[in-house]
Amino acid sequence: MSKQTRLMQPRDPKKTLGRLFGYFKYNKALFYTGITFIILTSIAEIAVSGLLSPIIDILVGDFEKTIFVKYLILMAFLVILISMGRYLGNLLMAKLAQGTIFRIRKDMFSHMQKLPISYFDVHAHGDLMSTFTNDVDMLNQALEQSVSQIITSALTMVGTFTVMLLISPILTLAVIVLLAVMLFSAKYVGKRSTKNFRRQQAALADMNGYIEEMMSGQKVVKVFNYEDRAINKFTDKNTELRKAGTQAATYGVMIMPIMGNLSYVLYALISILGAIMVLRNRLSVGNIAAFLQYTRTISRPITTVSNQLNTLFAALAGAERIFNILDEQVEVDGGDVSLVKEEEELYWKVPEKNGAFNLVPLKGDITFENVDFGYLPGQKVLKNINLYAKPGQKIAFVGSTGAGKTTITNLINRFYEITNGTIYYDGIDIKRINKFDLRSTMSIVLQDVHLFEGTIADNIRYGRLDANDEEVKEAAKLANAHYFIKNLPQGYQTMLSVDGENLSQGERQLLSIARAAIANPTILILDEATSSVDTRTEKLIAEGMDKLMEGRTTFVIAHRLSTVRDSNAIMVLEQGEIIERGDHDDLMEQQGRYYALNTGSIELE
Amino acid sequence: MKKLLPYMKKYIFFAIASPILMILEVIADIVIPYLMSRIVDVGIANRDIDYIVKVGLIMAGSALLGMLFGILSSHCGAKAGYGFAAEIRLATYQKVQKFSFANLDNFSVSSLITRLTNDCNTIGQVTMMSLRMAVRAPFLMLFAVYMAFTINASLARIFAVAIPITAIAIFIILSKARPLFKKLQTRVDRVNAIIQENLVGIRVVKSFNRQEHEEVRFEERNKDLKDTALSAVSKIILLMPIANLIIYSVTISVLWFGGRQVVVGTMGGGELISFITYNIQILMSLMMISFFFMQLLRGSASVGRVLEVMRTKSEIHEEKNPINEVRDGSVRFDNVYFRYPGSPEYALKNINFEIKPGETLGIIGSTGSSKSTLVQLLPRLYDVTEGAVLVGGEDVRNYNLEVLRDQVAFVLQKNILFSGTLRENMQWGNENATDEQIIDALKQAQAWEFVSKLEDGLEHRVEQGGNNFSGGQKQRLSIARSLLKSPKIIILDDSTSAVDMTTDAKIQQVFKEELKEITTIIIAQRISSIQKADRIIVMNEGKIESLGDHETLMENSPIYREIYVSQQKGVVGE
Repeated sequence: MSKQTRLMQPRDPKKTLGRLFGYFKYNKALFYTGITFIILTSIAEIAVSGLLSPIIDILVGDFEKTIFVKYLILMAFLVILISMGRYLGNLLMAKLAQGTIFRIRKDMFSHMQKLPISYFDVHAHGDLMSTFTNDVDMLNQALEQSVSQIITSALTMVGTFTVMLLISPILTLAVIVLLAVMLFSAKYVGKRSTKNFRRQQAALADMNGYIEEMMSGQKVVKVFNYEDRAINKFTDKNTELRKAGTQAATYGVMIMPIMGNLSYVLYALISILGAIMVLRNRLSVGNIAAFLQYTRTISRPITTVSNQLNTLFAALAGAERIFNILDEQVEVDGGDVSLVKEEEELYWKVPEKNGAFNLVPLKGDITFENVDFGYLPGQKVLKNINLYAKPGQKIAFVGSTGAGKTTITNLINRFYEITNGTIYYDGIDIKRINKFDLRSTMSIVLQDVHLFEGTIADNIRYGRLDANDEEVKEAAKLANAHYFIKNLPQGYQTMLSVDGENLSQGERQLLSIARAAIANPTILILDEATSSVDTRTEKLIAEGMDKLMEGRTTFVIAHRLSTVRDSNAIMVLEQGEIIERGDHDDLMEQQGRYYALNTGSIELE
Repeated sequence: MKKLLPYMKKYIFFAIASPILMILEVIADIVIPYLMSRIVDVGIANRDIDYIVKVGLIMAGSALLGMLFGILSSHCGAKAGYGFAAEIRLATYQKVQKFSFANLDNFSVSSLITRLTNDCNTIGQVTMMSLRMAVRAPFLMLFAVYMAFTINASLARIFAVAIPITAIAIFIILSKARPLFKKLQTRVDRVNAIIQENLVGIRVVKSFNRQEHEEVRFEERNKDLKDTALSAVSKIILLMPIANLIIYSVTISVLWFGGRQVVVGTMGGGELISFITYNIQILMSLMMISFFFMQLLRGSASVGRVLEVMRTKSEIHEEKNPINEVRDGSVRFDNVYFRYPGSPEYALKNINFEIKPGETLGIIGSTGSSKSTLVQLLPRLYDVTEGAVLVGGEDVRNYNLEVLRDQVAFVLQKNILFSGTLRENMQWGNENATDEQIIDALKQAQAWEFVSKLEDGLEHRVEQGGNNFSGGQKQRLSIARSLLKSPKIIILDDSTSAVDMTTDAKIQQVFKEELKEITTIIIAQRISSIQKADRIIVMNEGKIESLGDHETLMENSPIYREIYVSQQKGVVGE
């Protein structure tokens, strides 16, 4: 749920509308046939009402059976046309809407996959989710209903007017006067309704925020006997929501009796004027019948349009948010160095200026040279980082939360682009390596394990999609995950619910190690978990990680002393700078920051 | 729905007025076509202009009156609907406040939020609609049929055919569409699930180069959603064309059968025209009823979800004549067995121990050894399954709950601060705490050191969840907040895990010296946090493995020794 009230009005409706129409190009035939049916139906409806006039006149005047029957048959024909036309028109519009929404969803999803990580840092998941669900849904509704209803309404208005003018200009004048009153009332009520609706949305958002905060802390509330105070605050917000809701709803539904009854006033006016005109022989009774019918059809579009316009505008505002996401810059790649396999060995294929290629063997050698980095322009989260890791070496990062440990590891796989300096991979600037190949040589094991809906085997195989069952099992064994998987009722075929909620924290970590192992990466990035898992599982995880690190260049955000001790080099970070470096013994000897951390006299986090 | 009716009490006037006004509006509307037929058949026939104008003005007046009734009905309906929703929302929230911990475990936070916001809103909207539409449609139909019969009973028989046909058609379409819409919901959920999954796990997707793999997965679900939506929608869009077909068929029949009567002279032309108007009113109100039923379904789902909360019984019951004072801070566990509601296994087995007022008890053991479960029984966050927990010599179940929880302060593992100022957060412990008392508590919890450095001191804004403070700071603030309750017993459930050892030691010292009357129970991962406790319990798989002070345990408890040795090696980080 998005906390700020979402904009209900589009900034640039014309442009957004234009872009939406662009989507119709995939279903041009649907769009045009649909519109044609809608137009035909509307015309047929006006014609049916118009037929009433001669039919009634025949009945009250000189009756002629053959003409009467002819009219009725014509009417029946039109009625069938209307029913079929309406069904087909709506069906085609529904198809168009679903097709368009399908494509928009698809575009959004694949665009999301291409956005840089920094985008997800800045934008709340809740907001993105809301655009994906609520905004898309609203757009769907608008496409399905509003478009055809607005077209129908407009056509009905214009058509009815024309016929009315043909029958009697004077009566039409009365219609125009009352329609003006209706429009004015609709606008007045609509304005109030929108204003109060916004107030209601704001009250709702406020209430949402409050409930969310209190509910997440409900156990604290209980421990502190805070219930009554919590209820009092809630009551205030509840009252405001009630008042705003009542106002918004009152104005929202008021439009119906106003429009309905105004159209009856018009009905009365037509009856009086029409009757007088009949007496003066300026009109027939049949004309009155048709006119009365028209007073009903002409007032309905106003209500419909005023209702649908709100939906349409809200949908356009949502569409704008959708297009904003689609307009976001995707991750830059631009790498011309790719990975090639020759005689079972992997090489970097580096193009030379003269068009020739240079093959550099993949080894896992990483060098940072004067690297600066900031998430925002002007900001420096990392300052002048210099370090190297020879193939197979292990580098540990130590430091408090926010010192920049995770950030460094995120630069190696180009989740973020560095501001200054260069990172070399086997002597090649990583900016020259295409991202797909760069990342295919690395595996990450994150602290927060994220698993996917699917079986356990699927989740391990996520590391290498073409791995066979035997390889999956091997990876699980290496990660010490085989034992617990074997003991599950369905073993490797056990379905994981969303994000593996049915596994314990420790088991999830073991799975993520197996997933990294099966990818057989050259470089490994590890973020050791700090969460408290039981001692036995912790031991299993530690062993698994150790086996995984063997023979690979490893960057580890370390929390275990044994990991740090075994490292070839330890980097102690503070505020984005490496303040101490060396192996365990060196650093202990220095008696600096690392020493203090190790003896527990400094608070981490 | 019946269960919720009492919440309408405050708004009963509006709940009754709205449908009455609606009926009045319907009556005002229904006479209009009839009056029109008088104008045509009497006024025109007799060439009586006075009559025409008179009846015409009555028509207009009737319409205006109808509008007035309609507007008033809208307002009353909105008042009743939203008032009703607000009352239910408040009652639900109050109910949640009475929930025990066990009850809270059963509902996720997000599901409670949805119930309090969306579901209550839906109930309000549907109530409003029920008060208006559910009244309008049937009455409009009834009156219109009545008018039709009065004008021309033989012709009105057409409706005896048309109404059942329409009703059956609507019924068939809706019953076909309903399961499809249910299916549609699961398809929507599946698409949302994969989006959510990818948003949360975008780093994993990217680092394994699985973008295309995910797109394929999405495509399949997206297509499935599209197909299901289309099949559901294509049923619903049958409604309007069929309604059109029936309405116009009736019109043609009226013209055919009524036309003969007009020609013969047994029926007036105006009556024929009014018949056509009544026809539209009757069949449209049938459509309205069907629409209303769809809304009602939506509402009944919401009512069900709200009732689920209302019907939940709190697991914790209070004594009729509770004790209102805790004598001292002594604690005794007597043969305590405990199992979580719904769980087949005991989380605590045969727990027996005693602590005297002012003593310090340390509890240690691996994750899952039920350390937290043990202490949660003290402030009655859960009740024992067998045995008894005694505080101040009395069974905790005999106390007034509020008094008990005031006297037994619990610093939870998950430290949550709330948005507001630091002072407001501290006042959770004591509503009337003065700045001086707050500062004292902060000092005792070793939090004043960093709070005093804040420019705006106690006025400093705390963000939701306290996320603008570090873990160690949050823990110290939480301890201060609990100290403000001036409790007889304080429980620290792993509450200093992120605090550095030096500060941790200072906090322990405060408890040992300044606050020595308070019985202190400390759960810790680090032996150093409890080493100096009067007594230490080593928990293992829900049982007390051993009990004693540090020296005794080093000698007798292999588990304790193992933990001690492993921690001597030291841990970098948390």
